[in-house]
Amino acid sequence: MQFMLLFSRQGKLRLQKWYVPLSDKEKKKITRELVQTVLARKPKMCSFLEWRDLKIVYKRYASLYFCCAIEDQDNELITLEIIHRYVELLDKYFGSVCELDIIFNFEKAYFILDEFLLGGEVQETSKKNVLKAIEQADLLQEVS
Amino acid sequence: MVVPSLKLQDLIEEIRGAKTQAQEREVIQKECAHIRASFRDGDPLHRHRQLAKLLYVHMLGYPAHFGQMECLKLIASPRFTDKRVGYLGAMLLLDERQDAHLLITNSIKNDLNQGIQVVQGLALCTLSTVGSAEMCRDLATEVEKLLLQPGSYVRKKAVLTAVHMIRKVPELSNIFLPPCAQLLHERHHGILLGTITLITELCERSPAALKHFQKVVPQLVQILRTLVTTGYSTEHSISGVSDPFLQVQILRLLRILGQNHEESSETMNDLLAQVATNTDTSRNAGNAVLFETVLTIMDIRSATGLRVLAVNILGRFLLNSDKNIRYVALTSLLRMVQSDHSAVQRHRPTVVECLREVDASLSRRALELSLALVNSSNVRAMTQELQSFLESCSPDLRADCASGILLAAERFAPTKRWHIDTILRVLTTAGTHVRDDAVANLTQLIGGAQELHAYSVRRLYSALAEDISQQPLVQVAAWCIGEYGDLLLEGSCEETEPLQVEEEDVLALLEKVLQSHMSLPATRGYALTALMKLSTRLRGDNNRIRQVVSIYGSCLDMELQQRAVEYNTLFRKYDHMRAAILEKMPLVERGGTQDEEIKESKEAQLSEASLVPTEPQASELLDLLDLLDGTSGAAQPPPPLEPSPGDVLVHLLDLPCDLPSASPPPASIPNLRVFEREGLQLNLSFVRPPGTPALLLITITAINTSEADVIHFICQAAVPKSFQLQLQAPSGDTVPAHSGLPVTQLLRILNPNKAPLRLKLRLTYNHFGQSVQEIFEVNNLPMETWQ
Repeated sequence: MQFMLLFSRQGKLRLQKWYVPLSDKEKKKITRELVQTVLARKPKMCSFLEWRDLKIVYKRYASLYFCCAIEDQDNELITLEIIHRYVELLDKYFGSVCELDIIFNFEKAYFILDEFLLGGEVQETSKKNVLKAIEQADLLQEVS
Repeated sequence: MVVPSLKLQDLIEEIRGAKTQAQEREVIQKECAHIRASFRDGDPLHRHRQLAKLLYVHMLGYPAHFGQMECLKLIASPRFTDKRVGYLGAMLLLDERQDAHLLITNSIKNDLNQGIQVVQGLALCTLSTVGSAEMCRDLATEVEKLLLQPGSYVRKKAVLTAVHMIRKVPELSNIFLPPCAQLLHERHHGILLGTITLITELCERSPAALKHFQKVVPQLVQILRTLVTTGYSTEHSISGVSDPFLQVQILRLLRILGQNHEESSETMNDLLAQVATNTDTSRNAGNAVLFETVLTIMDIRSATGLRVLAVNILGRFLLNSDKNIRYVALTSLLRMVQSDHSAVQRHRPTVVECLREVDASLSRRALELSLALVNSSNVRAMTQELQSFLESCSPDLRADCASGILLAAERFAPTKRWHIDTILRVLTTAGTHVRDDAVANLTQLIGGAQELHAYSVRRLYSALAEDISQQPLVQVAAWCIGEYGDLLLEGSCEETEPLQVEEEDVLALLEKVLQSHMSLPATRGYALTALMKLSTRLRGDNNRIRQVVSIYGSCLDMELQQRAVEYNTLFRKYDHMRAAILEKMPLVERGGTQDEEIKESKEAQLSEASLVPTEPQASELLDLLDLLDGTSGAAQPPPPLEPSPGDVLVHLLDLPCDLPSASPPPASIPNLRVFEREGLQLNLSFVRPPGTPALLLITITAINTSEADVIHFICQAAVPKSFQLQLQAPSGDTVPAHSGLPVTQLLRILNPNKAPLRLKLRLTYNHFGQSVQEIFEVNNLPMETWQ
């Protein structure tokens, strides 16, 4: 995966994880264009689109768009599963997660993502293990 | 009074409460000032809170570079809270281009070596997200150590960090290849997954590594088999599919290892069949695994039965109610339409159904695939479907669809009349979207089909009478009426309904075109010339025509004015030559290189730059007329090439011989034999079409002088990056023995930079019961192919 973006229906960025080195300016440009493109899609359209030389996989959960950019040889359908797994993790952690949780606890959203994906690849396929790791880190944070 | 700085939550609240952009900016600027001050001389205990606020503000798009040094300080702090936010900040604010990022190398090193797993995890995460090549080199040994450490939490991260390091510094493969063998015995899914990813990365970068890991194919097969057969673990399963992430990754690695490797492909054959048949396809997870399996089957040397199974799975996907599944099916079928054409053909009806999709990305794919499936036996039915699609599809697909239909018609038209009808229908439906050379092609086609002149002119006349807005149609119709007006008036043609046309009607129609504001200048040109030609075709007196022509003598449009003046002169001073000059055009030989491309399945865009258009017939007539006023004529739309008056004079006197072709004949380049083995010979012939200096057309001819047929013959080509290559479908995949009908294939190479041409060919085929693969670079390419 090259990057993952979370944004609201109004186009406000809620999370950005970049796995490729790009300047701030380039990131902003990509974000702007991609957000526009995805928001322009009608609700019944499929979750995949081609954009520049990347494949974009996106899915809307309530008011948030989860958008991943993958490479040509990556499997689109499994990327949908990756997105879904991330949402499940957030949901388990926050208890029935909504956009506000991610806004006010954006650091936690990043930490959870970083226990699931690393360097753009899946590092842990067990939901239990991911949540356990976050729990332990949270505990450590409390005592330090 | 100093306003105390806000807590993160409060800051977020306040920002969200801002009613305008300006208000938001104000809040943020105020807070940033606080943050800056706090960084300077605030309490280090609260630094992490300040950075957290800064990171939030950064996400909204505000500058946060002054926080970079704070990230460093926080990372270096012994407190976990500090480190957590510090590393997050580093990942968000630092990137390779900043000098600051190198400074975290030391901190990362320390954190990797100290014992707390969570901290090691943070360091590895940051390293694998923003680690530059230099950092990777510095820290490679640290990561290598961690690969063999007992804790699985750290090990799984270390493996993926190694993946990142190899991507940045490929030479590090040497360090990370040896541990793979042991790591492959892992039971922990996370580590196993990381290892498979690591091996995949290694194999993709180095053929030596690929060879090395082909040994582990049986082991991989076993791992996957165990995953699939033993009951699932709730921990790793999704909708009844055991760890689909791991399955997909293993399948992908198997694909890479099995490509071009008979032995590996055989080893995995049964397993692939098993996965393909047993995976639960009720939910997306199962379909993801199935999809990856299909991709693998198609890419390795799989048994025919397995390939058919794969294509059928895709066929089933096409019928799935889930749009996403249909999308990946269409994409995959497009990729294999060249290599497994007949298998894909079987699903043609379903593909055609997909044309009716509401979703534009799906219908686009369906269009590309449909066009690729047109062949001589289904061309009528397919064109019918595509025409109805053309009528109702979204505007951005119109151009592609129109060109696709015209191209298919050109390749497979069963009769000339059908061809003319088809082009006519396309022009009527989507006239504004066709390529520029469609007009030229149609006029040439009509011109060449003498028996259809009457038919064509009638159809075009009726079409024109109905609608004069579609410019390409109007242009062709005008030209046709001009050329064959006499046939129009003769009244009888078997193939169309009897049409009673009066001379006045024809003239009126052409005048209408001339006067209409919808007509482009080029169209007007056609109409005026057509009127002029009719002066010799029609029996009535020419007063009306003369009138029109003289009116346009003072037209503001330069082009029309020039023509009108010339025609006037023709009436007045050269009336005795008028008949000869306006005689019907003899048939012009079509240049052999104007065939349009067929897109390779991978190249999705159908609307590429067109070839240099052939000169429309009308322009050649004009060129002849140019002579009379002694003007050599400025560039006139649409002819791209302008013959000098001198040339035209010579040829005028030679009437009614062949018209001049305004371009020099292509220099002929010698053929080249590039391959010979056991009677199978491969020859290349080259054409550089004039007018397109960057284009080279190569025809590959495979001829078989041996006693046995060559079957499953596939030829693929590769060129350096600066070139563009398109491979058209071959004429067949069997090269018959005893020098039977050779297989030919056309290569189009665009070389805009005039770089020296290099060409690599890959042949796979079966001969004398053995499967052969040859990869070689073509040497001795003549310089004329690229200079």
